[in-house]
Amino acid sequence: MGGGTAKKGNRIMNWSNISEFFSMGGYGLYVWGSYGVTLICVVGEILLIKNRHRTLEKQYGLTHDINKKETTHETTS
Amino acid sequence: MAINWFKYSSPASFYSLAGKMIPFFTVIAIILLAAGLYVGFFIAPTDFQQGEAYRIIFIHVPAAWMSMFLYVVMAFWAGIGLAFNTRLSAMFASAIAPTGAMFTFVALWTGSLWGKPMWGTWWVWDARLTSELILLFLYIGFMSLQAAIDDPRRADKAGAIIALVGVVNIPIIYFSVQWWNTLHQGASVSVNQAPSMATTMLLGMLIMVFASWMYSIAIILKRIRVIILERESHTSWVAELQKKGTVS
Repeated sequence: MGGGTAKKGNRIMNWSNISEFFSMGGYGLYVWGSYGVTLICVVGEILLIKNRHRTLEKQYGLTHDINKKETTHETTS
Repeated sequence: MAINWFKYSSPASFYSLAGKMIPFFTVIAIILLAAGLYVGFFIAPTDFQQGEAYRIIFIHVPAAWMSMFLYVVMAFWAGIGLAFNTRLSAMFASAIAPTGAMFTFVALWTGSLWGKPMWGTWWVWDARLTSELILLFLYIGFMSLQAAIDDPRRADKAGAIIALVGVVNIPIIYFSVQWWNTLHQGASVSVNQAPSMATTMLLGMLIMVFASWMYSIAIILKRIRVIILERESHTSWVAELQKKGTVS
């Protein structure tokens, strides 16, 4: 992978317009296919943990009430 | 003043420590990600051979490095958990596996999408690609074995065996490009000789590597907190958390 020769002209920012950026020199499918799936994997992972956390809290909500019933039961007996 | 580091080996105290660290690593991960993508897309020039397709390197290489590194860390904690019977170490191994599997899949996926334009094929049974695929199966094997065993402590022990046996695959992946003549290129960046990459390309890639480190730490700490809550639900300190309603 040799060093890149920057193109001439004022394109210090590599891309002169947005559509050129998305076409990515004709490799848009491959580059954005890679970045898109990576984004989906990362966001998916974060959502999975949040979901796991929520089911836990629901579970605790249940055990929380059970604890309350148990404690009241003990005090009355 | 000797710090008693072993205090943090108890799930209860580690739970709060992890909670304090997560925002710190999350913010750094986001900043580095933005910087890495900016350098990668707007400063690094077009490659004279591969044109723009080489920009996949900014996620392919960090993901591949992370997939190998996280497996070694997972095997380390699994080994410690097996040897010293420490619950938190085993929890760490279970917390790392999904993130490692995700990075392995991303490395395979981005590599395949890079291979199509450059090699003309999505997949080839090349030593590097095949050993990375085996790594994905090892991660999945670890997770499904642990899920298949009800008692968490026994699941940890079984998982530790797979993790430790699978570690041999990591040097195979790393050296595969030297031992076999692979279609996959050799290491452009290695510890013993100067990287054969343009500086801005290298800079973008290294920033993304650190961004994926910070991301991994944040996401693994987040997952281990959930695992701790799941496994320690019978304890008094978790019961207090519930009463305070701060099971966050």
